[in-house]
Amino acid sequence: MRGSLRTRWTRAARLTALAAVTVGIVAVAAGCGGGGGGAKSTTEAMTTSGASVKGSVTFFGVWTGNEQKIFQQVIAAFNKQYPNVKVNYKPEGDNLNTVLATRITGGNPPDIADIAQPGYVKQLADQGELKPLTYAKGVISQNFAPAWLQLGSVNGTLYALVYKASNKSTLWYNVPVFKQAGAKPPQTWSQLMSAASTIKASGTPAWSLCGASGWTLTDLFENIYLRMWGPQKYDQLTTHSIKWTDSSVTKALTYMKQIVGDSSNIYGGTSGALQTDYPTCVDYVYSTPPKAAMVPEADFVSSEILANTKAKPVTGFNVVPFPAISKNSAYSSAVEIGGDLLVTFRDNPAVEAFMKYLATAQAAEIWAKKGGFGTGNKNVPASAYPDAITRATEAPIGKAKSVVFDMSDEQPASFGSTTGQGEWGLFQKFLQNPSNIKGIQQQLESAAAKAYKSGK
Amino acid sequence: MSDASITAEPPPGAAPPESSGEGLARHLTGAFFLAPALILLAVWLLYPTIYTVIRSFFGRSGYLGAWVGIDNYKTLFTTSTILTAIKNNAIWVAVVPAFVTAIGLIFAVLTERVRWAVAFKTVVFLPMAISAFATGITWRIMYQQNPSQGAINALGRTVSDAFSPAGVLPSATPSTPIFQQGQGGALILKTPLRPNGVALIGLTGIAPQDMPKGSTQAVQPAPKPGAIDGVVWRDFKPGGGKPGVVEQGELGIPGVTVQLQDSAGKVMRTTKTDVHGTFDFADVPPGAYNVGIGAQTFAKPFGGYSWLGPSLITPALLIAYIWIWAGFAMVVIAAGLSAMPRDVLEAARTDGASEWQVFRRVTVPLLAPVLSVVFITMIINVLKVFDIVIALAPDSVQANANVLALAMWRTAFTAFDFGTGSAIAVFIFLLVIPVLALNIRRFRSEAS
Repeated sequence: MRGSLRTRWTRAARLTALAAVTVGIVAVAAGCGGGGGGAKSTTEAMTTSGASVKGSVTFFGVWTGNEQKIFQQVIAAFNKQYPNVKVNYKPEGDNLNTVLATRITGGNPPDIADIAQPGYVKQLADQGELKPLTYAKGVISQNFAPAWLQLGSVNGTLYALVYKASNKSTLWYNVPVFKQAGAKPPQTWSQLMSAASTIKASGTPAWSLCGASGWTLTDLFENIYLRMWGPQKYDQLTTHSIKWTDSSVTKALTYMKQIVGDSSNIYGGTSGALQTDYPTCVDYVYSTPPKAAMVPEADFVSSEILANTKAKPVTGFNVVPFPAISKNSAYSSAVEIGGDLLVTFRDNPAVEAFMKYLATAQAAEIWAKKGGFGTGNKNVPASAYPDAITRATEAPIGKAKSVVFDMSDEQPASFGSTTGQGEWGLFQKFLQNPSNIKGIQQQLESAAAKAYKSGK
Repeated sequence: MSDASITAEPPPGAAPPESSGEGLARHLTGAFFLAPALILLAVWLLYPTIYTVIRSFFGRSGYLGAWVGIDNYKTLFTTSTILTAIKNNAIWVAVVPAFVTAIGLIFAVLTERVRWAVAFKTVVFLPMAISAFATGITWRIMYQQNPSQGAINALGRTVSDAFSPAGVLPSATPSTPIFQQGQGGALILKTPLRPNGVALIGLTGIAPQDMPKGSTQAVQPAPKPGAIDGVVWRDFKPGGGKPGVVEQGELGIPGVTVQLQDSAGKVMRTTKTDVHGTFDFADVPPGAYNVGIGAQTFAKPFGGYSWLGPSLITPALLIAYIWIWAGFAMVVIAAGLSAMPRDVLEAARTDGASEWQVFRRVTVPLLAPVLSVVFITMIINVLKVFDIVIALAPDSVQANANVLALAMWRTAFTAFDFGTGSAIAVFIFLLVIPVLALNIRRFRSEAS
């Protein structure tokens, strides 16, 4: 044994070495090169109504757990009308984009996929991977305001249906803390600022920020920019026709600094906030005793509160629309949304039937009644939402005249949604050092310019 | 480590002599037996390697995308996040293999001499049995800045509290700008007071649950001849109230130590506030005085080091990673130690060498082959480090903690730039090649 020891270990090292080298390469190559099978034909149906439509539809979605169960109910309702279409829902969770990219490269995409970033939809449409939803245009325009068709279109062609939307223009607060401090739920920016300083004087920091999750900081900026300059300019900044060095961005950042610049009014200070991820920041607001009074994030905050804190709706936690900045009411009623864009990689009667069904008020109502669901479908009545909080957050989505999509999701992913770089990384830098507005603008602009140049 | 699957080399000379008539058949048999392994190698190693190298010269997306030449490699050296990754990988390579080998050596040598060696080795080796991701999460919790959450900063608070305990009103701030910095760090009123004066010290930023027990409605005392009195109170009522004015519904803060300083800043007297927050310095000789509160009252508790902040994150990662791998190094080196010929050590001792000399001049040189295996294995491990960084570093500092493998994954699979992602993979490959070449040369020299 002793004699062979050296040999054994050196050979082990050799194998380790080989394995180590290949891991790095296989990781990338497996992502790009896998698959390779041809597209499978999934339907033989010829007509487009009811039982005569036959076939199967593969659907890659992000919904897992409870959301998956609810979506299965939507599918079941669809099957009452189309008993011969089989919908195979595959929950891919957070890995969806990765799985999808691999499947597309391998030539075997699903029939329908759920994409959260319009930027990625555009990329896929430009590459010619997507099928237009021309057949569903009628149903969609009956149920949705024109703004929603615009959100789903690339260069004038409709490719995506926003089936599920979340309202990102919301601000959550701890009701008892507000009561104790005698602060009123803010409607405008100046009310927000005075409430924040009153709450600070009462001994509780006003803000809980999720600085470790970069997207929450871009959401905050986007809401300020939307309220200050309105949907049109917002869209221009999104498409990079306004530069990040523009004076409108400077002013929006100055307002953002009124929140992130007062470290003593943020729970844990800026350095603590930078280590707090979503949803921990939500838990801080509703812990006992509360560590902060407000958290600015989207409608899905409520499910976190209900799941992981003891706060009760209305008496413990409540929500207001993101406060108005400009006097223009069109700016203050606009809603920033995030959402699930359903795109199709094939068209056949089964896929068409399912997509059309998902655009109906019925398909939206099934989920709306269960909560945790917002929709731009204007035919879903406010009464469909199960409680006061959901009505307050979701009903405005369907009513809103102008909706804008989460800006960072619309931009090339390397700028808008990659951890540690682009917008996410730079807004974290801004939280760390809010005094250097000009410097941050320049860095944002150079990162954006680079991403837009190579994004095509 | 898959040492179990490795067996001794075939004895030299086992290859049968080639006989011309059976040559072809032999080759065919050989090929038949080799085929499964070769096919697997080709599918899982050769094809991905070649494809990745080719892919690195093409654009962002698609099976190949558009030809871009060496643009992806240019991107590699002009993107700040990737440059940070290269720099961090250099730090990792400089620090980890050396520390892991050294610590492993120390543990291995020491455990040879203790009674509970097996138990000790098991404990040190245990981190290897935990997935790097779980280790990352565990250390992330231990590194939390808030001392009531992170174990390491909790230790810091225990030490810090022994030397400089937190004050009774750590979060309080004056409701109006009444204070200035006085002697010895005390906060004193900007306006000096004379006998017959009243000091109003309004404080905000104190949460109701943090108020000292037994506090009641604040009372503004009347001026008294020959005395300086005043009140310390929580200058806040729902809605904010009027700053600097004692109002109905605002509570006095009891138990605050108030100082009376003369104009030179010397503390003449101290007193404590009562349940209404009032205090009273009676029989004060004529003159100007400063009323203030000692800095100690407002001393903030130890806030913890920002281990997970941008400047400490890489050291924090290195510590956690060394913690994992020290056990591996120890076990390998201990095996080498037990295989070492004892007579050489004995001879050295007989010749009068001290234990240090034995270690330095005999043990270490004899162990050199094993040490270099550990060292080289660690270099390769460190070049491809990934999981612990993504698990341990909060998203806000992942740009600062970036390493090449992580940059590759993010570029390819979150930013969907497969071209640049492949270029990073090829770059890692190129970095590993010299280390491999070194290793192979060593195998050869050992075999001969």
